[in-house]
Amino acid sequence: MPKTLFEKIWDDHVVTAEPECPAVLYIDLHLIHEMTSPQAFEGLRRRGLKVRRPDRTAATIDHIIQTTPERFQPQKDPRVAALLHSIEENCRAAGIRLYGVGDEQQGVVHVIGPELGLTQPGMTIVCGDSHTATHGAFGALAFGIGTTEVEHVLATQCLLQRKPKTFEVRVTGRLPQGVTAKDIILAVCAKVGIGGANGHVAEYRGDTIRALSMEERMTVCNMSIEFGARAGMIAPDDTTFRYLAGRPFAPKDFERFRRLRTDDGAAFDASIDIDAGRLEPMITYGTNPGMGMAIGASIPGDAPKKALEYMGFEAGKPLLGHSIDVVFIGSCTNSRLGDLRQAASVLKGRKVKVRTLIVPGSGPIKRAAEAEGLDKVFVEAGAEWREAGCSMCIAMNGDELKEGEICVATSNRNFEGRQGKGGRTILASPLTAAASAVEGRVADVRTYL
Amino acid sequence: MEPISRFRGKTVALAIPNIDTDQITPAKFTMVTDKVGLGRILFAHWRYRDAEKQIPNPDFPLNKPGAQGATILVAGDNFGCGSSREHAPWALVGYGLRAVVSTSFADIFRSNALKNGLLPIVVDPESHRQALREAEGNLEFVVDLPEQTLALASGRAVSFAIDPFAKRCLVQGVDELGYILSHERRIAEYERSR
Repeated sequence: MPKTLFEKIWDDHVVTAEPECPAVLYIDLHLIHEMTSPQAFEGLRRRGLKVRRPDRTAATIDHIIQTTPERFQPQKDPRVAALLHSIEENCRAAGIRLYGVGDEQQGVVHVIGPELGLTQPGMTIVCGDSHTATHGAFGALAFGIGTTEVEHVLATQCLLQRKPKTFEVRVTGRLPQGVTAKDIILAVCAKVGIGGANGHVAEYRGDTIRALSMEERMTVCNMSIEFGARAGMIAPDDTTFRYLAGRPFAPKDFERFRRLRTDDGAAFDASIDIDAGRLEPMITYGTNPGMGMAIGASIPGDAPKKALEYMGFEAGKPLLGHSIDVVFIGSCTNSRLGDLRQAASVLKGRKVKVRTLIVPGSGPIKRAAEAEGLDKVFVEAGAEWREAGCSMCIAMNGDELKEGEICVATSNRNFEGRQGKGGRTILASPLTAAASAVEGRVADVRTYL
Repeated sequence: MEPISRFRGKTVALAIPNIDTDQITPAKFTMVTDKVGLGRILFAHWRYRDAEKQIPNPDFPLNKPGAQGATILVAGDNFGCGSSREHAPWALVGYGLRAVVSTSFADIFRSNALKNGLLPIVVDPESHRQALREAEGNLEFVVDLPEQTLALASGRAVSFAIDPFAKRCLVQGVDELGYILSHERRIAEYERSR
């Protein structure tokens, strides 16, 4: 019986499945961070349980930490101090590796997992964060979980799961100039809608996906949750193995991963096709990632009224040329070296017209960017160059929009208030964001290429 | 966790589709190391004129006098999309809600809700429309978990689906961790076999 990539990994990890009950699924790698783990450790203590496999657990601090030098000072906000203390103490007591503030490897959880080679093909990977799907780019089954489930995995290295359905996203054709992985996934979100793939695991396939770098594949998988798919995956290939080779925790032998692909004739529960050759740079106009359109398009006439009222936009009008207040380049979607290089290619020798934050995804990315002189390009253009963290994607670390401000952001969510109460978000690629920073307006990067 | 069987409760309507976890519990207010006491941050950006000072917005449905004491929220389609933060069900439960009625729920939210004794009740679009109308008047519904029925105020009984395992846990008031722990021997065997 031919199997999908998802089914192969699922079957490999079922410890037991009793009738009427969900499967007990073994988890190979558990990533934790400061925002969603304290209550899980507290739960363990209350039951007198220990962390079963600290060796299969890794921690970082990313959501609440400032991306300014302030982070190296004692924390003034007692809530921040308490959360930092909590993860540091919990990791120390359990013997879990923590890539904390000041650690050279510290960074956004979905950036450092792959960077360290912790993320590997064929694994089951979970984290108390919905963008865990990012790791699916390596041919892993990776998905976000709640804090109660974090507790389950800490205690047992297992989760109770019902088998999800499968959703094929086939992307074919050659991407036009100025159109990137971010535009592919924004186009998928626009086509499927915010809850369109609820209950499914997505697999991205087709020659366009094969031609993407690992960084680009991570951008695609990262936003699977934004159309409802709890996980998104891409079969591993030589691109995957080349990326992983030599990383600190990476395996030495990759040949055994070649079986991790969807067999010919395997069936998906749902399927869509995207013609990459016809894609344009994408932006969002509304208050969820499914409300997206091509950069030059007009806002659809049937766009939800509540969303347009919040955004202050009008149906039937284009957004190209609309003035903006802030540009944010960063987040687990677009904060990797390739994203920064793209932004720098536009910003080099130009000046930004609005406040522009550029936030690398990890310490190693920051240093690599600086070794290439990208930081100088950004600072000379008038942008702020920061330390690694979630920054303005989530507005709980000091980086946030003021009421009413409009931000072109490379992050993953344009929900109301996501970047700060009353803040308005337009999601876009790093290229589009950089061009918009230069013009102080929503801009079409293709005129710069 | 308290066992759930049958209960009658006052309703409140939020007829907005795709209510995401950033609306249910804005990130800024989730900097906590505890689960309890989050009821006050529920829908913070919508519910308060000034969320920091908690000055209520009188136009928000939960703030209307008739909605006080509501235990059943009837919300638009695809409730709970967005982040995995369990702060969302913690806040809904902390506020006093015991069930959310919608046409669909985001996967992670549904899973989180069930682990906190909050029932995500999926109904068909027509029943949903009627439930919303009735909840706008804060009428009372009866939830019967063992029978898997939701009785609207008009008497219309709607049956709903629920994962049989989750139902057993909720009706007995037990959590899932005990079940996983009971498979310790199998887990150890699995680890040795790899």
